[in-house]
Amino acid sequence: MTGWISDFMNHPATYLKSGWFQISVTNLVVIVLMLIIFALAVLIPFPKDHKESKK
Amino acid sequence: MSDMWTTKLRNKWQKNLPIEKLLPDDQPAYVASWIYVFGVLTLSALGVIIFSGIILAFEGPAWYHTSGAGKFVNSLHFWSVQLFFVFMVIHLWGKFWMAAWRGNRLATWVTGAVAFIASIATAFTGYLVQTNFDSQWISFEAKDGFNSVGVGAWFTVTNLGQMLLLHVAFLPLILGAITVVHVLMVRKRGVVPPIDAEPISLSEAKR
Repeated sequence: MTGWISDFMNHPATYLKSGWFQISVTNLVVIVLMLIIFALAVLIPFPKDHKESKK
Repeated sequence: MSDMWTTKLRNKWQKNLPIEKLLPDDQPAYVASWIYVFGVLTLSALGVIIFSGIILAFEGPAWYHTSGAGKFVNSLHFWSVQLFFVFMVIHLWGKFWMAAWRGNRLATWVTGAVAFIASIATAFTGYLVQTNFDSQWISFEAKDGFNSVGVGAWFTVTNLGQMLLLHVAFLPLILGAITVVHVLMVRKRGVVPPIDAEPISLSEAKR
């Protein structure tokens, strides 16, 4: 692996820690992204059928 | 003739899951929501996983560790697994918050939960059979965990042959079978309505 991705990945993960609870920043970012996708899936209206909406 | 097991099975199948339910051409109006898309997205990701996994199995580690095409298919397999879990967890959240076990759908919920657990086991064995330093690290960390709960002798994570056979043969068969049963359950009972939804079909709603 070479280039920026190598530089980006070639070090230990950064962890957030509060008492007994510990999580890597990467895992936290993935969980937050999933929560955002979930919220958007609930809130954004589903597109209507193009042919049906013309009627 | 009516005592034949084939007749009994056919009659039971036709009673519980007629072809109109198995291959429907209309869905309830509430299905037109993005949150209802994540089940089929999970299935789509599973399709890519199986397809890329079959290519990896035929070509082997020497190919997917060295050639450009091999690395691409290897990455396709890995990233489709990541998407599979993202879609499945959002599907799980959606179904949990709409209490998807309502309306005699407990078996649908339970098969989904079991499929989730089987997916974790399949993905875990996948991490162990990458045949790189990552898989070596994960297996040597995991062996202590498995030994501490007393299953290390039976489920030997450092045994590449055992993990490979579990990953490419046993677990995909289990996961595939549970997924088929889960989808058939959804077809039989129908997609769960939102709480307090009116039971009207999509075609009726468009009229």
